[in-house]
Amino acid sequence: MLKFLKLTAATVLLASPVFADGFGLGRPALPEEIAAWDVDVMPDGRGLPEGGGNALDGEEIFAEVCASCHGDFAEGVDNWPVLAGGFDTLADKDPVKTVGSYWPHLSTVWDYVHRSMPFGSAQTLSDDEVYAIVAYILYSNDMVDEEFELTHENFNDFAMYNTEGFIVDDRGAAEYSKWRAAPCMSNCKDSVEITMRASVIDVTPDEGGDAEMTSEDHAAVEPEEAAVVATLDPELVKSGEAVFKKCKACHQVGEGAKNRSGPQLNGVVGRSFAAVDGFKYSKVFQDAAAEGRIWDDAAMTEFLTKPRAYLKGTKMGFAGLKKPDDITAVIAYLKSFGE
Amino acid sequence: MAKLPKAPSRRGFLKASAATVAGTVVAGQASAAGDPLITEVQDWASATGDGVDATPYGMPIEFEGDVIRRNVPWLTADPISSINFTPIHALEGTITPQGCAFERHHSGAIELRKEDYRLMINGLVDTPLVFTYADLERFPRENHVYFCECAANTGMEWAGAQLNGVQFTHGMIHNMEYTGVPLRTLLEEAGLGAAGDLKDKWVYVEGADASSNGRSIPMEKALDDVLVAFKANGEALRMEHGYPVRLVVPGWEGNMWVKWIRRIEVADMAVESREETSKYTDVLADGTARKWTWVMDAKSVITSPSPQSPISHAPGPLVISGLAWSGHGQITRVDVSKDGGITWETARLGKQGDAKALTRFYLDTQWDGSEMLLQARAMDETGYVQPTKAALREVRGENSVYHNNCIQTWHVKANGEAENVEVS
Repeated sequence: MLKFLKLTAATVLLASPVFADGFGLGRPALPEEIAAWDVDVMPDGRGLPEGGGNALDGEEIFAEVCASCHGDFAEGVDNWPVLAGGFDTLADKDPVKTVGSYWPHLSTVWDYVHRSMPFGSAQTLSDDEVYAIVAYILYSNDMVDEEFELTHENFNDFAMYNTEGFIVDDRGAAEYSKWRAAPCMSNCKDSVEITMRASVIDVTPDEGGDAEMTSEDHAAVEPEEAAVVATLDPELVKSGEAVFKKCKACHQVGEGAKNRSGPQLNGVVGRSFAAVDGFKYSKVFQDAAAEGRIWDDAAMTEFLTKPRAYLKGTKMGFAGLKKPDDITAVIAYLKSFGE
Repeated sequence: MAKLPKAPSRRGFLKASAATVAGTVVAGQASAAGDPLITEVQDWASATGDGVDATPYGMPIEFEGDVIRRNVPWLTADPISSINFTPIHALEGTITPQGCAFERHHSGAIELRKEDYRLMINGLVDTPLVFTYADLERFPRENHVYFCECAANTGMEWAGAQLNGVQFTHGMIHNMEYTGVPLRTLLEEAGLGAAGDLKDKWVYVEGADASSNGRSIPMEKALDDVLVAFKANGEALRMEHGYPVRLVVPGWEGNMWVKWIRRIEVADMAVESREETSKYTDVLADGTARKWTWVMDAKSVITSPSPQSPISHAPGPLVISGLAWSGHGQITRVDVSKDGGITWETARLGKQGDAKALTRFYLDTQWDGSEMLLQARAMDETGYVQPTKAALREVRGENSVYHNNCIQTWHVKANGEAENVEVS
């Protein structure tokens, strides 16, 4: 590779002497900017901020912001990733690849939780919260006890279970050497039998059902909703649609909306709490429904301002909307969809 | 805006096409009074059509409404972090139209304006830099056609024939002409003196979306043919493909083609991020996993006839059409078998394809109306021959998920319908 690099460096010099000192484009990145974006953590722990958190605190945070997808015990809900268990299953027919059984580096867990989680509210966790969540994930894998505190100081002492389980791509030796050969053209085998058919398991989606909503569908939907929409400020509804992007990771609204990790929201404003069939509400929601509480503007505003303060124990992993205008807009948007 | 009709259901479609097989014999022949499409004046031959102001940006005509991306809902937990499939059964040539090129998002497709776009280069460089979109347009740019294939393409087929359609078995691929600035140009602008010996250095590339998808690329590849691209097929990238700027990593797995790329860090080791440890690593039969399996090996598939594109005519001339590609370079040859791999014929390449780009192949043949077990087998410029599924399983087992480049078999029946099968 060294030889190759020298060669290319020479080529550049010869090919473009005018630009030997570069093009002078762009501007220097400021230290504050680099600090804001360069937050990745290396396998040796470089990049970790100072801080720490224990598994007990982590359990509480995990229940609030992670469990709606990953389960209270990191066991995974529906198709969402399982984070715990699966030890010694990697050679089985169906390996269970979890943080405990598969991930080679603890840095990856910290880095991913910190940068990319929670789904739909990435980069909202404090450094200490991330330490605590990672400690809890280790605890859920029986790798530490519940008092365990993970800090930037003991981080590198922690050994992952499957660190030695990876090899660098060896296809060159294991495969290419075999498969770079003149191929057979005739009498390549004695007979051929069909051994398996896709129709037997029948898991191919019906092509009609999965097509995205077409413009014709939109046209069909609009007249039905016209009566409701007429009483709403269309500009407000439009800005509410933009705000709703923050909710879309967990909630669907509109024709064909289904329950995901949160319930579908058609007709939510004005209906009682915990009213969607087939959605497993947390206890605090069921209690509110039993009290006969209704999702009116005031309740919705308060909830969206600080969900976990308004309904302590909700599994909705969302910190809340900071701007009152955003809340008004998103409520208007939700009102534009009937039952 | 053009109205798209609802796509016909698969079963409905197959019924219709089977009926066509019987009907075709008649349709081509003139009745006693002649074909009314010819003998009678049709509406379109008399009245006028749409004016030039009707369609400022055109969509395909409504009759092509079933040529769309499709997804497989049971594959993933949520369509926001999921994949859909290019309708390769219905496309020809090699260039994939952006509007039906497969999408893979980890936190959904985002709207990022050019004006709000920033690209940072930092780490072991002489001067960490920030570029705007306008800055990128001032560097010398290049045009190249490359395929982008998800490492998981055909991944559902490891344990057996599962999905009945080439769109689903092989549709995590697209092929576009990219316009962009070589990554090498940008790295040299920031200066690589600070990196010292480049031999063991890496670049870490990261996207601006909420998934913050990041991958480590060895410096040798970064300085070779990686592009920082802002156009595809002559127009701006689509939102779902990373507008306004994405990375193009020719011949390597699609996950590395970071969309909405916002940061490039020169580093002295791989970051080993989530997408290069817990995902995009290939578990072998003994539980060991391969990592850094970046190159997409040579692969081919017949796109027609195939389950979604059955033979809809009587015996006689038949065009067998397919795609071949290799992350190692050019496709040099494709063979086709009609009997499940006992005998092979060498197909005709539509034209010699570019390196690391799709190549179209054809077998212009006569169909005698009997059943066929159709297979294609690609060879690339390194002499690599696309393996059978059995050969792959022998080395890797059935749990690799990624990098399944096995020979695919379609069972074409006497009525022209085709099914995804495995053969001995």
